[in-house]
Amino acid sequence: MTSGLHLELVEQVRKFCIKNIEPTAEKDDGESKFNMDIYRGLGELGVCGIVLPEKYGGAGLGYSELIVVLEEIAKFSASYAVTLSVSTMVQSMIDTYGSEEQKQKYLPELTSGKEIGAFSLSEAGSGSDAASLRTKATLKGEDYILNGSKMWVTSGGVAKTYVVMARSGADGPKGVSSFIVQNGQSGFEFGKLESKMGLKASPTRELIFENCKIPKSNILGSQGLGFNIAMSALDRGRFTIASIATGLAKRSLDEAVKYSLTRKQFNQPIFEFQGLQFMMADMACEITASELLVQKAATNFDAGINDQKIAAMAKLKATDTAMSVTTDAVQIMGGVGYTSEFPLERFMRDAKVLQIVEGTNQIQRVVISRMLKKEYS
Amino acid sequence: MWFFSQEEKELQNVCQSFAQKELAPKAAELDNTETFNLEAFKKMGEIGLLGITADPEYGGAGLGATSATIVMEEFGKACASTTLSYLAHSILCVNNIDKNASKEQKQKYLPKLITGEQIGCMGMSEPGYGSDAIGIQTKAKLNGDSYTVNGSKMWITNAQNSDVAYVYTRTGDHKKDLTTFIFDKTMPGYSTGNPIHKMGMKASPTGELIFENAKVPVGNRVGEEGDSVYHMMRNLELERITIAGLSLGIAKACVEQCLRYANERKQFGKSIGEFQLVQKMIAEMTTELEMMRSFLYTTAKSYDEGNVSPARSRVLAAQVKLAIPKMTTKIALDAIQLHGGYGYSREFPVERYMRDNKLNEIGAGTNEVMIMIIAKQLLKDSLQKMS
Repeated sequence: MTSGLHLELVEQVRKFCIKNIEPTAEKDDGESKFNMDIYRGLGELGVCGIVLPEKYGGAGLGYSELIVVLEEIAKFSASYAVTLSVSTMVQSMIDTYGSEEQKQKYLPELTSGKEIGAFSLSEAGSGSDAASLRTKATLKGEDYILNGSKMWVTSGGVAKTYVVMARSGADGPKGVSSFIVQNGQSGFEFGKLESKMGLKASPTRELIFENCKIPKSNILGSQGLGFNIAMSALDRGRFTIASIATGLAKRSLDEAVKYSLTRKQFNQPIFEFQGLQFMMADMACEITASELLVQKAATNFDAGINDQKIAAMAKLKATDTAMSVTTDAVQIMGGVGYTSEFPLERFMRDAKVLQIVEGTNQIQRVVISRMLKKEYS
Repeated sequence: MWFFSQEEKELQNVCQSFAQKELAPKAAELDNTETFNLEAFKKMGEIGLLGITADPEYGGAGLGATSATIVMEEFGKACASTTLSYLAHSILCVNNIDKNASKEQKQKYLPKLITGEQIGCMGMSEPGYGSDAIGIQTKAKLNGDSYTVNGSKMWITNAQNSDVAYVYTRTGDHKKDLTTFIFDKTMPGYSTGNPIHKMGMKASPTGELIFENAKVPVGNRVGEEGDSVYHMMRNLELERITIAGLSLGIAKACVEQCLRYANERKQFGKSIGEFQLVQKMIAEMTTELEMMRSFLYTTAKSYDEGNVSPARSRVLAAQVKLAIPKMTTKIALDAIQLHGGYGYSREFPVERYMRDNKLNEIGAGTNEVMIMIIAKQLLKDSLQKMS
């Protein structure tokens, strides 16, 4: 599965992370600080537009390459991995649905990593029930006027380019359109910065639109296509988030095994206790199962097969695994694991959000069962 | 619980209203700022809860495990951090002095600790000795009328803000040559390290106790040289039962919050409580809560009444300590999940419940140590029955 290209990518990303992310990861988490220089550094490394065509500054590679990069970054910081995952999702939305003009205007600075892209679907009252969103886009002459507010926007405030889902028509999914909005636009303000349990180096923010005037040409795809655009983006977002979960889980197991081989209690390395051996055996098994599902989802996608079921399964399995593996890794390291001296307590806090974003794991189950029903009826 | 005495029911009421007034409103802020709730702590002294199990002669309430567990549950539901500090003070320090120290020592230390004028902690774990507590290496050497102590204690709850520390040391080469001392923070050579930053329990200070040629008078030795193992074993069960009470309180808080939110939050045109996935979480967590309450309070009662054998009592205490914190972590994770993005944000308390509770699977004996204790004892009992 792992090609020479993958190994080379992983090696480069690992070197970058050890030098640039690891030294300040705990501090940045403690201070809830996002460091744009780190993200731009990833851009210079060439990983911020992996799946985009070279024509727009991308690397012209596939999702199979993106997932190995995200997994590697997540071994050091899930925050930067999520930032990159979401920005990539936004790029692919513009690439798939945007006009040539939009692509040329917005993509190069995103693929180069100079700027960040953000995705904005959720609202205070509509999370899992995304189609009930209420932010309004009213057509007035050549412009749309946006009014309302969006919640839980990853990279809100630090991103320059936002793809915002708003209601331009009737109730329900068919009344939703996607708009490209940029930072600095009059009538577009940032609201409250969320104080979260984890993923603290990645800012999550509210977006507020008050009579924000957007030229008609900023609509992505066409009027009424917004919900479909968002859902198809999430199909990709799901297994990329899953690869971040796998990265967290792998590093956690790695730390737990290393620690248990050196930590002695009762005159022997704690690794020798069967209770711990079985825990780690289960962790290794679950991680491998998750990794294979994520790879399957990515290779399918690269082969042009849009398999929602596998994408949802990968997200569900890998993020549930990350939660249990990081929790057990903290347990294996005991008191040390609970402190910020080691990254494991951060990973455990970070893992939890992966069960919630890009569709909660409850929604993944809804998707999987819907597909099952379809297959049998 | 149906079998609570009138006195226990009253205690429960007092703790509930105290917790809602003094602990709950500040819990989120103190977690954020990693600040100890000194004001509430002093007030616990005023209402007589800091010496819950101690002899009334020294100002204690003279109550047992059931009452101490009630306090832990009610306080834990409101602010787990403050409750952990309460446990370190009242159960790990005060109760140990009350049960093991001499009359003079009790007279000297207990009244101030019980009124809340002074704060106490206990020092057992060391950097290299956690689960393997009997292996500790902090050395105490007799020199005339005092002992010279060298070494350090790790993961000590209340380390930095304690006036009094109940400390286990090594006084000989044999495995069980362990001796207990009471330290005052004013004693030369005794200091505390930097605060340790943790995932949760942030309003409860954790730190290191450092002994550099520290001098402690012979008069501060608890019992005789070599008594520590007996001291440790004697009160461990109470510690395990009460920390399980803390998790029970957290679980209760999770359940109440989830029930409220499942009714309030609407998606797809109905409250999320109408979805079977949410119902499953609620049905499971409430069922587990009932199981935990029954198990914990029957164990506490039988500990108080001494109506089971010492071996069974040891097993039961380890079992509640294993089962309840572990189940509560699962409940707290589900509680976050049920709240979605809101659950992950600090606007709602459930993410704090999870971070706080994880400690209870590690502190006061890890889950793995509980497994060891339970299995070894039961296998030994079974072997004896066969022979």
